[in-house]
Amino acid sequence: MITAERKPFEEILALVEGHDKVLVAGCDTCVAVCLTGGEKEAEILASELRIKAQADGRTVQVEHTAAIRQCEWEYLDAIADKVNEYPVVLSMACGIGIQSMAEKFAPKLVLPAVNTNMLGMPQEHAVWLERCVACGDCRIGLTGGICPVVRCSKSLMNGPCGGSHDGLCEVKRGDEEIECAWALIHDRLKEQGREELLLEIRPPKDWSLSSSGGPRKMVKEEAKPV
Amino acid sequence: MADAPDPTFEPEIIVFACHYCAYAAADLAGSMRLQYPTNIRMVKLPCTGKLEVIHLLRALEAGADGVYAAGCMEGECHYLKGNLWARKRVDYVKQLLPEMGLEPERVEMYNMSSAMGPRFAEVATEFTERIRALGPNPARRVKEGIRT
Amino acid sequence: MSATEYKAGSNLEKILSAGTFAVTGECGPPKSADGSIIAEKAKLLKGYVDAVNITDNQTAVVRVCSMASGYAVQQNGVEAIMQMTCRDRNRLAMQADILGAATLGIKNILCLTGDHMSFGNHPQARGVHDLDAINLIRMYKDMRDEKKFQCGEEMTVEPRLFIGCAENPFADPFEFRALRLKKKVEAGADFMQTQCIFNVPKFKQWMAEVRAIGLHKEVKILAGITPLKGAGMANYMKKFVPGMDVPDEIVERMAAKEKGEPQQAEGKKLAVEMIKELAEVEGVAGVHIMAVEWEPAVPEIVEAAGLLPRPVVA
Repeated sequence: MITAERKPFEEILALVEGHDKVLVAGCDTCVAVCLTGGEKEAEILASELRIKAQADGRTVQVEHTAAIRQCEWEYLDAIADKVNEYPVVLSMACGIGIQSMAEKFAPKLVLPAVNTNMLGMPQEHAVWLERCVACGDCRIGLTGGICPVVRCSKSLMNGPCGGSHDGLCEVKRGDEEIECAWALIHDRLKEQGREELLLEIRPPKDWSLSSSGGPRKMVKEEAKPV
Repeated sequence: MADAPDPTFEPEIIVFACHYCAYAAADLAGSMRLQYPTNIRMVKLPCTGKLEVIHLLRALEAGADGVYAAGCMEGECHYLKGNLWARKRVDYVKQLLPEMGLEPERVEMYNMSSAMGPRFAEVATEFTERIRALGPNPARRVKEGIRT
Repeated sequence: MSATEYKAGSNLEKILSAGTFAVTGECGPPKSADGSIIAEKAKLLKGYVDAVNITDNQTAVVRVCSMASGYAVQQNGVEAIMQMTCRDRNRLAMQADILGAATLGIKNILCLTGDHMSFGNHPQARGVHDLDAINLIRMYKDMRDEKKFQCGEEMTVEPRLFIGCAENPFADPFEFRALRLKKKVEAGADFMQTQCIFNVPKFKQWMAEVRAIGLHKEVKILAGITPLKGAGMANYMKKFVPGMDVPDEIVERMAAKEKGEPQQAEGKKLAVEMIKELAEVEGVAGVHIMAVEWEPAVPEIVEAAGLLPRPVVA
C-alpha cells in the first residue's frame, strides 16, 4: 500500500503561514491504514494547529474533514461543500490524493501535510518496509519473489556487490541496518532449489518502462463506458 | 507566559480516571476525608485505554492548564493492556506539545490501585502544584480578563 | 604475439599474457582542478608498477574524473587503468566515456559497482545504477569484440580494451563469491583485482574454489595488498570498513611496535611478506598494491619483494 509520513509540524506551520482559514483534509484509505492521514489524524492535526494559534495569540478557523479516498472524483464531490468554505486545504492524503484535490478544486491552494514515501508492506503492526518501486517491468519470479530494484540499494540485476556482509547491505539509513537483497535472493533461490538462476547474466533493465521514460498512463478499453 | 507568576492563578485540571482503579481510589479518598485540591475535574472512563490522543489535545485546546490520565497499576489493568496504551499516547502527546509552544509537563500518566486513596490525593496535589508553577496554559484564551 | 592477437595491447595485458608476475598500483586523483598533483603521484610510481589504477569518485567523493587523470598519468610515462563505476553514469555516458578514453590512448578499464552515495560527500545525489558491473563488463566487451553499441547499432572503430573487474573474496555470501567471479568472466572480464587481503588462509580457500572451476585460466587474478601505516589503520579497517577481514594477529603484530616509524616499517615488512606468500599461490598472476595516501611506500615494497626490475615490453 501507499505509505506516507506526516511532515514535521514546523514545516506544516511554514506552509500555512499567513493563512487563517485552513481545512485539514484526511483520506480514509492508504494513509489511514498507515496511521498518518486518516480522519483521526486529520482531527489531531487540526487541533494542534488551533492550539498553536491560541498559544501565539492568533485567531484562526481550522476544521477537519476526510474523504473516503481523495484520489476519486466522486468521493471528492462528497466533501466539496466543506472544501468550498475554505481558501486553503491542508491535505493529508498521498501525493495522488493531494494532486486530485488540487485539480478538482483548482485554483484553490491545496498544500501537502505529508511526505508520500513508499509502496510499503506492513511487516508488523506499525512497521512498514519498502517493497516496490513500480518499475513497470516485474521480474521477481527470477529472484525468488524478492525485488532487487528497490530492495537492493544499487538496483543490481546481478548482485550482490562487494559491500554485502553478514546478510546486510553496506548502506544504512541512519542507524537502521538494511538486509542485502541479493543475500536474501540467494537464500530464497537455494530454498527453492533454483540456484542456477544466479549464474545467468540478467540483461540491463529497461528503464523506459518506469517513470524514467515519462509519466505513465494505463487505459482499459474494455472497461470504458459505452 | 507572564514574567512574574500570578498569585491569583488557579490551575484548571482535567483528570481521565478509569472506573476500576483510579476512580475507585478517588471515592476512597473521599470516604477517608482526605484533602486534595479542588482544581481537578474528573472524567470517568471504563479504562484509560479508551483515552485517545485527540481527547488530551481537546482538553488543552479548551483551556485546561493540565491533563492527566489515572489508570490501574501496570500489569493489573482490568482490560489487560489499556493502561499501557494510555501511557504510550500520553508520551506521544508530550512529544507534540513543545511544537505548539506548550510544556510537555502539562500532561501526565499515573498508576494506582483502587485501594490507594492516599495516592490519589497525593497525585492530585502534586500535579496541581506542578501546573501552578508552570502557569496558565499558553493556549488558553483570555478575553477581557475572563477565562474562556 | 602480434598486436592483433592482443585485445588491447596494453602494457599490463602483455605482461600478464607473458606469464610474468604483474604489479599494479593505485592513485586517487585530487579534489581540485590542479592537474599537477596526479602527475607527481605518477612519477613516484614510474618503473615500479606495470600500470596504475586511477579511482573514479572513490567512496562517492568527488575528485578529478578517472579519464582525465588517467590521460595525465599516461602523459607522464605510466600506464593507466581507468575505473568506471555504475553509480554516476548511465549507459550512454559509460559508452561515450570509454570511446573518449580510447581516443586518448587509455587501454585498461576496471568496471565496478561503486560505493553508495551515502558514504561520500554528496549523499543527496541521485544514484544512477542504470547498469550493474556485470552488464558494464559485457557492454564493453561487446563494444570491443562485436563493434556494437549496447543498443545493437554498429560502430566503425571499436575501443580496444583490456577489461577488468574487482572481487571481494571476503564478502558474503561467501559460498557464492567464486561463482560471481565466474559470471564476470563470462560477461567478459580479462583481469581481476581483489579487495585487499589480510586473511591469507581465507584467500587461499577462495582461490581453491576459483581453481576448482578453472577460472584462474580464464581471467588474470591480481591479489590486492594494502600496506598498513599503523595499528590504528589496521584497527579501523577491521572495524569500520565493510567487507574487510583483518585477523586479530595482524592488528596485534602492528600494535606490538611503537607508533610512527616502527609501525610503518612493520607495515611495509608485512606487505612484502604477504606479496611473497601470495605470489606462490597457484592462479595468482600478480599483485595490486593499494597504498592509500602512501604512494611513496610502494617503490620500497616492490623492491623488497624482489619484483624489480619491471619488464619493459614493446
